[in-house]
Amino acid sequence: MAEQPILAFRDVNLQYGDTWALRNVSLVLRPGETRIILGAAGSGKTCLLKAAIGLVHVDGGEISLFGEDVTRDRETDLFALRSRAGFVFQEGGLFDSLSVGENVEYPLLNQRLSGHQNNSGSERSIEDRVREALRFVELERTFDKFPSEISGGMRRRVGIARAIVTEPPLVLYDSPTAGLDPITANTIMALIAKERDVRNSASLIVTHRYQDGEIMDKFFYDAARQELVPLGECADTDPKRNRTRFIVMKEGQVVFFGTRLELEACDDLYVKRFVHHED
Amino acid sequence: MVASSHESEVATGGFYLLGLLTRVLVAFQDFLFLSGRAFANLFRRPHYYDDVALQMDIIGVGSLSIVILVGAFSGAIIALQMARALNTYGAASQVGTIVSLTLVRELGPVLTAIIVAGRNASGIASELGSMKVTEQIDAMRALGTDPVQKLVTPRLTATAVMLPCLTVIADAVGSVGAYLVSVPLLHIIPTEQYWSTFWRALVVNDLAQGLGKPFVFGMIIAMVGCHYGLRTTGGTQGVGRATTQAVVVSSIWIFVVTFFFDKIFVNLS
Ligand SMILES: Nc1ncnc2c1ncn2[C@@H]1O[C@H](COP(=O)(O)OP(=O)(O)OP(=O)(O)O)[C@@H](O)[C@H]1O
Ligand SMILES: [Mg+2]
Repeated sequence: MAEQPILAFRDVNLQYGDTWALRNVSLVLRPGETRIILGAAGSGKTCLLKAAIGLVHVDGGEISLFGEDVTRDRETDLFALRSRAGFVFQEGGLFDSLSVGENVEYPLLNQRLSGHQNNSGSERSIEDRVREALRFVELERTFDKFPSEISGGMRRRVGIARAIVTEPPLVLYDSPTAGLDPITANTIMALIAKERDVRNSASLIVTHRYQDGEIMDKFFYDAARQELVPLGECADTDPKRNRTRFIVMKEGQVVFFGTRLELEACDDLYVKRFVHHED
Repeated sequence: MVASSHESEVATGGFYLLGLLTRVLVAFQDFLFLSGRAFANLFRRPHYYDDVALQMDIIGVGSLSIVILVGAFSGAIIALQMARALNTYGAASQVGTIVSLTLVRELGPVLTAIIVAGRNASGIASELGSMKVTEQIDAMRALGTDPVQKLVTPRLTATAVMLPCLTVIADAVGSVGAYLVSVPLLHIIPTEQYWSTFWRALVVNDLAQGLGKPFVFGMIIAMVGCHYGLRTTGGTQGVGRATTQAVVVSSIWIFVVTFFFDKIFVNLS
């Protein structure tokens, strides 16, 4: 675990009037690791993700993203840094005047235009990469449709395709499964796990569903079989194990941090509400 | 008791006014910062030429028909009114001069700017406002694009270039409208006299006013539209509010700036 952290928060504070959106938040994220963020509505989960890439300016503390201090940079210096991370918005955040294909193409064109390119896969044409990202989320046929013409779950998946098309080392997912039926939700979580395992990217996942965290913790994507398989099938020493941690937030504070088993064993009443024991 | 409650009322009123003033000043400061960034971006990569072309099409070509219509009628109306007024002084032969001066100096620039403010300041504010409330602006920032570079600067460039062009067109059709009223309709003066007085009236100063004003108006319209669009909060209702404010405020600015423009140019000549 000597790898450089991709993202690190140290004592981050953010206040809106009297409400604390973030209060003394610290966390560290390394390549291939996953953090599942649970918490009540308004507990600061979205603010945490937005602060990570400097979309909101925090009042105090340090945030380092890819080794650069986000809190000290000016807005105009942050664009290059942000284009190296993927972000899936709670409401999708798709450009509604662009087609699905153009939405997914946007980050690639943007990287090329502004000259902050990360070299991976840049020898392939943009069109190929867009189609591949859409195939990844199983939406290749919606290429020419507009966001208003597809369903909410499809929009969420397009959002994911747009976030991962540049193959970023860090992806931030804000409630990727909220308001979706269980089948679509599981499909999306499978995609997120696949994204993590195919490219060893780090992910920060905000969710209301405890099962989402379970999927990330218990399964991995087997490239040979092209499906999610339970981690039980691989060796105890496999580095794929033990890289998912759960964070529970309450009124801006991190009230729990630990593994899934620790979370299930925790007897704090607030934390318990987010653990769902299925029979 | 009575006195003290009255005093406290005065104090509250004072605080309210102070608060209002602060808000206005802060908003104006934001406006200046945004304008500064938009101008600075003219010299910074990346340049979104496609967006500039698209905006030129929306603002310029899109406003063409209404600008022609309004231009023609305002020329005709000036001619109708002036023909009567000039006749009472026996100066009907000067109709070309009057039309030329009022149209090129004032009415052409101001009317065109008001039309474009109504069409495009609102269009810009509602477009950017909708993007703001649906997180598309944040999404743009998250993807590493500067919304000022991508959205504001192209609109600023396009409006500042297109508005002078539209004004020239409005002036041209306006002068033809006035011609049609003065010569074929009312037979005040012969054709050659209308056009020769029309051209002779214009000096460099008038042309500078006639093109300088729309250039400044164009920047005001684009910047006010973008400013209100980007600070939209409060959902759909907020978008409506931003749109209205953009039209009202840019129209007011157009008249205020016209006043100062005229003051400067009257002193110059
Ligand atoms: N722009 C803002 N202005 C004022 N208050 C804000 C703003 N953004 C967030 N807040 C406040 O900060 C707190 C945390 O908000 P945040 O959006 O992070 O919640 P969340 O955990 O994502 O909730 P949800 O699960 O509903 O998405 C809330 O109390 C919210 O009211
Ligand atoms: Mg949220």
